[in-house]
Amino acid sequence: MAHRVFAIRLWPGLIAAALVAALSLGTLGVVALRAESFSTLSKFDWMAVRFTVVQALISAGLSVILAVPVARGLARRDFYGRRLLITLLGAPFILPTIVAILGLTAVFGKTGFVSIALNWAGLEPISIYGFHGVILAHVFFNLPLATRLLLQGWGAIPSERFRLAASLNFSPRDMFRHIEGPMLKEIMPGAFAVIFLICTTSFAVALTFGGGPKATTVELAIYEAFRYDFNLGKASLLALIQVVICAVAAFVSLKFRVPQVGGAGLDRPVQRFDVHKLSARGVDLFWIMMVSLFLLLPLLAIVLRGAYGVFDLPISVWSAALRSLVTALGSAALAIILSLSLSLSALRWRWLEGIGMTAIAASPLVMGTGLYIVLFAVADPADWALFITALVNAVMSLPFILRAIGPALATTERTYGRLSDSLGLMGWTRVRLVLWPRLRGPVGFSAGLAAALSMGDLGVIALFARPDSATLPLQIYRLMGSYRMDQAMGASLLLLGLSLALFYIFDLWGRRRA
Amino acid sequence: MKYGFTLAALVAASAAHADPLTIYAPDYFASEWGPGPAIKAAFEAECDCEIEYVTGDLLPRILLEGERTKADVAIGFNSDVTKKARETGLFAPHGLDLSPLTLPLEWTDDTFLPFNWSYTAFVYDNTKIKNPPTSFHDLVNSDENWSIAIQDPRTSISGLALVLWGKEVFGDDAKAEWAKLAPKVTTVTKGWSEAYGLFTDGEVDMVLSYTTSPAYHIIAEEDATKSAALFDEGHYFMVELAAKLKGTDQPELADAFMAFILSPTFQNIIPTANWSYPAALPRDQWPDAFSELNYPEKAIFLNEDEADALRDEAIAEWRTAFSQ
Amino acid sequence: MLEFRNLRLTQGDFTLTADFQVPKGARVAVIGPSGAGKSTLLSLIGGFEAPDDGDILWRGKPFGLSAPFERPISHLFQDNTLFAHMTAAQNVGLGLRPSLRLSKSEQSAVSEALRAVGLEGLETRRPGALSGGQQSRVALARVLVQQKPLILLDEPFSALGPAMRHEMIDLAKEVSERLGATMLMVTHDVSDVDRFADLVIWVEGGTCQPPRPWAEMKADPPQGLLDYIGT
Repeated sequence: MAHRVFAIRLWPGLIAAALVAALSLGTLGVVALRAESFSTLSKFDWMAVRFTVVQALISAGLSVILAVPVARGLARRDFYGRRLLITLLGAPFILPTIVAILGLTAVFGKTGFVSIALNWAGLEPISIYGFHGVILAHVFFNLPLATRLLLQGWGAIPSERFRLAASLNFSPRDMFRHIEGPMLKEIMPGAFAVIFLICTTSFAVALTFGGGPKATTVELAIYEAFRYDFNLGKASLLALIQVVICAVAAFVSLKFRVPQVGGAGLDRPVQRFDVHKLSARGVDLFWIMMVSLFLLLPLLAIVLRGAYGVFDLPISVWSAALRSLVTALGSAALAIILSLSLSLSALRWRWLEGIGMTAIAASPLVMGTGLYIVLFAVADPADWALFITALVNAVMSLPFILRAIGPALATTERTYGRLSDSLGLMGWTRVRLVLWPRLRGPVGFSAGLAAALSMGDLGVIALFARPDSATLPLQIYRLMGSYRMDQAMGASLLLLGLSLALFYIFDLWGRRRA
Repeated sequence: MKYGFTLAALVAASAAHADPLTIYAPDYFASEWGPGPAIKAAFEAECDCEIEYVTGDLLPRILLEGERTKADVAIGFNSDVTKKARETGLFAPHGLDLSPLTLPLEWTDDTFLPFNWSYTAFVYDNTKIKNPPTSFHDLVNSDENWSIAIQDPRTSISGLALVLWGKEVFGDDAKAEWAKLAPKVTTVTKGWSEAYGLFTDGEVDMVLSYTTSPAYHIIAEEDATKSAALFDEGHYFMVELAAKLKGTDQPELADAFMAFILSPTFQNIIPTANWSYPAALPRDQWPDAFSELNYPEKAIFLNEDEADALRDEAIAEWRTAFSQ
Repeated sequence: MLEFRNLRLTQGDFTLTADFQVPKGARVAVIGPSGAGKSTLLSLIGGFEAPDDGDILWRGKPFGLSAPFERPISHLFQDNTLFAHMTAAQNVGLGLRPSLRLSKSEQSAVSEALRAVGLEGLETRRPGALSGGQQSRVALARVLVQQKPLILLDEPFSALGPAMRHEMIDLAKEVSERLGATMLMVTHDVSDVDRFADLVIWVEGGTCQPPRPWAEMKADPPQGLLDYIGT
């Protein structure tokens, strides 16, 4: 189709790509330039690299494998509150780490629900601290995402296949071998790759649940090089290694098709005819319940712990909450603009989407510092704190958003491309009349995700903020630093509630028919 | 008093300053629950000027900004990192008389001025632990199954204090002693907040913190269940410092503020706002709860050069011992 | 009139060729076995694909590499011929103005067109709420308002039942007469050809034969046609 006049102008996409590249890789360059010397990496650093990769591989693998029975159960069953459960199950993914650590320990720690239950049953309590603790925590954070990705895959299997299976009297094994298995084979590698990338940049969670310095990740080493050694050279070198690890994983993932996220398939389970047997019911019920418990109990712990303090919160926390909300909305808007621009242009040049994904490799610490160096040369960074927070968070949520919008956009073009071309729907008109209405689902999900992730951000703002213009996570951190744990937990509950509400509202908007 | 004289001169010499005095401080200092606001109000009332706090990581920020930094005063340094700060050459001598200082040891630094201090200590729940350790050796060698949370020396200033403390107490045996301690340590956290949160949630029996931590619970929460364990070998002395920037565009105001730090007004704010011992206030003027706290007999202190020299080795030994 | 001049397109091991003329106002059926290249031919006319060689001319002027909407063509596709998220009126309105900002007179033209195809009162219905036949009518209403001189239909009624299909074909004929347009329709059903076409283009293995009157072709059919019809 070489002669086709391209329907959408390409320059917004190129600008967006340039911006993302500047923020994720350019900031690394800025930091490296500022460095005074480049030491080589010690054996401890290489231990960190090895640990980072190994725990990410295992965490991602477990997350994806465990997601299979859960997603299958959710795909097959319809029940009251199913949609709410699916949204709630997404909560751990958007939880700020500070809040999540306390929630997880409240359930799985030495004095948590599980240990108490085990004690009561006469069994030895298991310690969450250790390599397995890191894996547990990472699975907690990423199982929701894995489930959602796989659920999408299930929703995409045409109902005709199931009818055919019923007419051929497929046993569950046949069903798996001929229908579900091939779908999973196509989808799981991509899901695995995304979660692997997420786990490689983990830091505080890994350390706390790892129980000690054996659980050092590259991100922690970067943090140390930065804040305590002030060795910019080492920090940028480590950040570069992290980029390489992620680039390799991202490259491998491009080989596999990552399923679309946030489309309509979540609304109704596909009608199936093999699901009424009692054993199938039992299995689904078991998995849905187990995973729901696993994911929701820590949330419940946070709610309980914070309920006491939430009514006691000073005005400044509420105004910080408002500030966070506004920043989150800004971040969502930026994320949508960037991702739409990138995706539209990526229809023509696929590598643009790859650039959008580089953000996942960037260390927020490096990004923030690089930006600080650049801004400080021209302005007072504190003035720009909220904008920078919104921007950096928008860029960091791009990898997930692109996976939601990209495939939907491709589908729309495939379906309506010719019709639109023949009617002369070009440029902005095309976006307005054809693309936007059909992308509402993924856009809603993406905006919700970006907003929720931005609410919980603590990384960038720490370098930029003024005391009176704090965001909610920063206030939580300050409360904790002043011994006010009850109020900190109350504020955390507020943060959790607001983040979830934002996500739910945006997602709901997206799922409503236009 | 030199302070009063300077202030009078200042007020006499100029009308209200249009430009605020920019003070770089860590987050906890300038947050509304820290000492920042009260100090700001008190100083502004006396100097007829304006203070503006800038928060964030103190030293990295100043190092990033270099000579173009907008800071006039920087407050909140810890003595273990001042060497690096000093090497930047960005800080100016304060020129103050240090006799008002009431620290347990002598302080003669002419650039970095202490404003409060405390001792690193293990804080425990006295309803759960009836036989707290009475020495570092006791902590390490005891067969009680205490659960402890500590901070990572690579990411936390209190964690760093711990390994320097241990290194001073155990000397060449440090690595072996850390290895003995490791099984009792439930987890190592990135920062003080996470560890203390685990402690208050009851997840661990003991946490690495400060001798002054119980004061918060006693005064603000009327809760006497938290105590600091006193060690015979002594405790690591942690002092927080302030310094004036050479490149300040408000030298008189900056000087006035530095002097203000040693004033009773400032010092009286410290205990219940920063939960530390004031650096220039006699013990009999402390709030009751503070004077009644477990108070170490012996202070262990490494000056900035010693701390810097020992640091890498101390961390490496700790790390190796804990990685087994 | 529509002219194909030494048109050639190679895709893999398949090559499509056409070199003939179609008179103005003709109703032409394009038939042939599966995979012969019928849809490809329409695709080339429509501007969705570019030929390797040769050109298509309309009234003496070559299309060249012009975009689909620059050509004087209305389309009816086999599926996705309407936007599922727009109402019938909006779908028709797109034929007048892509931005859908219609003037008063344009809006009444839309209503008029819908009435002409028998869908009065259904302006605000979405395609999902319309039957297959009604959806085809909406598409034809759009063709009406576009008033383009060349209309291409690619198996547009294949999903409809025989009676409905015949009704639609009659309607399509009516539309083309009203507009005085030249119409090409790809179809699989020979009865459609009887009903609709003056001329027939037989496509087999990529070769597009010049159009011949249907009656003539039935009397003296190429071998492939006999196999196809299966007399």
